[in-house]
Amino acid sequence: MARPERVLVAMSGGVDSSVAAALLVEAGHEVVGATLKLWGGDSDSGCCSVSDVDDARSVARRLGIEHHVFNFGDDFDEHVVAPYVADHAAGRTPNPCIECNRHLKFDRLLRRADALGFDAVATGHHARIVEHTDGTRRVARGADPDKDQSYVVHVLDAAALARVRFPVGHLTKADVRAEAARLGLATADKPDSQDVCFITATGGRREFLDPRIATRPGRVVDAGGTTVGAVPAVELVTIGQRRGLGLPGGADPAYVIDIDVPGARVTVGSAADLLVESVVLQDLTWVGEPTVGELFAQTSAHGIARRCHVAGTTVVFAEPSRRVAPGQSVVLYANDEVIGGGIVA
Amino acid sequence: MVAWHYLDHAATTPARPEAIAAMLPVLTDGYGNPSGAHALARQARAVLDEAREQLVAVVGGAPGDVVFTGGGTEADNLAVRGVLGARGGVAVCSAIEHHAVLEPVLASGGRTVAVDRRGVIDLDALADTLDPEVTLVSVMLVNNEVGTIQPLEAVAEVVRARAPNAVLHTDAAQALCWLDVREHAAAAHLITVAAHKFGGPKGTGALLVRSGVALKPLLLGGGQERERRSGTQDVAGAVALATAATAAAADRAALVARAAVWRDGLVDSVVASVPGAVESATPHGDRTHLVPGIANLCLPAVDSEALLFLLEQDHRVLASAGSSCASGAQEPSHVLAALGLHRSLASGSLRLSLGWSTNAADVAAATDGVVDVAVRLQAHARDGAPA
Repeated sequence: MARPERVLVAMSGGVDSSVAAALLVEAGHEVVGATLKLWGGDSDSGCCSVSDVDDARSVARRLGIEHHVFNFGDDFDEHVVAPYVADHAAGRTPNPCIECNRHLKFDRLLRRADALGFDAVATGHHARIVEHTDGTRRVARGADPDKDQSYVVHVLDAAALARVRFPVGHLTKADVRAEAARLGLATADKPDSQDVCFITATGGRREFLDPRIATRPGRVVDAGGTTVGAVPAVELVTIGQRRGLGLPGGADPAYVIDIDVPGARVTVGSAADLLVESVVLQDLTWVGEPTVGELFAQTSAHGIARRCHVAGTTVVFAEPSRRVAPGQSVVLYANDEVIGGGIVA
Repeated sequence: MVAWHYLDHAATTPARPEAIAAMLPVLTDGYGNPSGAHALARQARAVLDEAREQLVAVVGGAPGDVVFTGGGTEADNLAVRGVLGARGGVAVCSAIEHHAVLEPVLASGGRTVAVDRRGVIDLDALADTLDPEVTLVSVMLVNNEVGTIQPLEAVAEVVRARAPNAVLHTDAAQALCWLDVREHAAAAHLITVAAHKFGGPKGTGALLVRSGVALKPLLLGGGQERERRSGTQDVAGAVALATAATAAAADRAALVARAAVWRDGLVDSVVASVPGAVESATPHGDRTHLVPGIANLCLPAVDSEALLFLLEQDHRVLASAGSSCASGAQEPSHVLAALGLHRSLASGSLRLSLGWSTNAADVAAATDGVVDVAVRLQAHARDGAPA
């Protein structure tokens, strides 16, 4: 067995983090559970609710470990919600889950764990941390290709990687559920959480954003500038979108290829117009030294990694690839390992 | 393992042995239902009526004023919603009331009144808020987070002048250990007490209702407590409440004297040893507006949750901060906000509260623990943002 550690497990009340805690306990580590209270408003997608905290507490009791609740609501508002709103106001398509991992789980929580004397922080993410013979560590894809979350945890740097544990990364989701059932954990059959925790299924992004920014209707135009449709809120349109554009039926499929928020104008084009040779990233982070050369770029959480090479902040695709919406993250892999990533400028 | 150093008496204080002893015979031999007619029922009724007499000897009023309830929250709700239900009108309360008053007042469309930097109600603001429409004014005798004593006599004068139709309610849940409620709440028409704040069991409280105050009951049923609170009375709880109240009153002077010394030493040491530490409700150094049982401090570049975690883990000191929400997370305190403390400072708040069972070792452990943990946590802050 690995040297026993004092580990703080982030327990969302879901099955993955429940099993993560259980595996650490079984391995002989000194484990304390913590549920992060991040969002104080309406939610229906399985995050931050009192019943989720109760589920985490119930699992902790079953495992015989202490459980705490940490209120990081102010940081969440500042680092996740406010930029989410600002991005939409600018016509960008943010990924708040990545920002939450960057600022909350793998920054604030790591700092909290450090201050409280823990050796490590564990989460239920489906990703692995591999250590090379030279001592360098990298995030690698989880064992379950359908559940791999390496994309959303790509923000971990070397210092964080030394202190983060992903105890279920080597398991498939089916393995995790079987393990939870074997241990009699209340969360064994709990459905996977979906989508963004502060966006409700009934109200959607519109209901969330409307009281925060004045969304405006927009014109949909073709490449020649002719009006062909309309959208109710130009701030909610995403590059690549093909539905909800008010286009006449029967025409060739049209995709959003440009969004001009100040001009309240959305430009559509053909599937071919959507293809680009390259994409420029900002806030680029590298696990180790900045890398150039042949890599694979993944442009969505469960997308396909495409061959590319990186020059500076530009990712050049080996073959023309669909446009990625500004605000989305592009994660760079070498084989199964995360090398870095950035946000589409 | 060393026992806990318990410094959270304002949340709840351990039951006094005499209160527990007084409950047991009621549960074993004297178990009758006080509403009945037979010997055991009559015995239970006599015990209950003795408890009323005992309680009013401590808090004032007549035995018939006592309405036993299922705790302080119910008593507060009965006061606010009971008066509004009977008479209509508008409810007004201070901005630092316990949620058990604040929520029913706000839910009814009522108004709140600002407090000053010490947590004392602003009498001018109160006068401005009141009008003849107001039927209920609720101002707590002692605040549960910072320990400020409210000048109820002065409040009553303003109420009489500006809202002549209003009755005055005071939540005295935190007061009984520290003040002569009979004297301090003499001007109130309605008084809330909660047994577990002074050595009785949880789930037992009382609302004192002066004669002539109309109240619509929250619970309908058998019409117990003179039609004001239906439900078979918790006789054992009532007896324990009265016994604990009597014991707390008897011990009060001695407890106040020793707690004041402990509180002063504790607060002064922390303020002297933790950079930037401030006493939350003491802007001018003078503590005469506070009960001695509550020390509320704000520690910059420290987060309350981390502070409480390490106090418990490394010093076996149990305390609290702000108020806890339903999930168990610490929430920003509405009381500290009303005092005008900046949110970044209030997020490092700490409440240490003393009680009848506190000893010098508890206070010493808390003093050393807070200084040690706060200084360590400040070292983990990044640009002033706590870990």
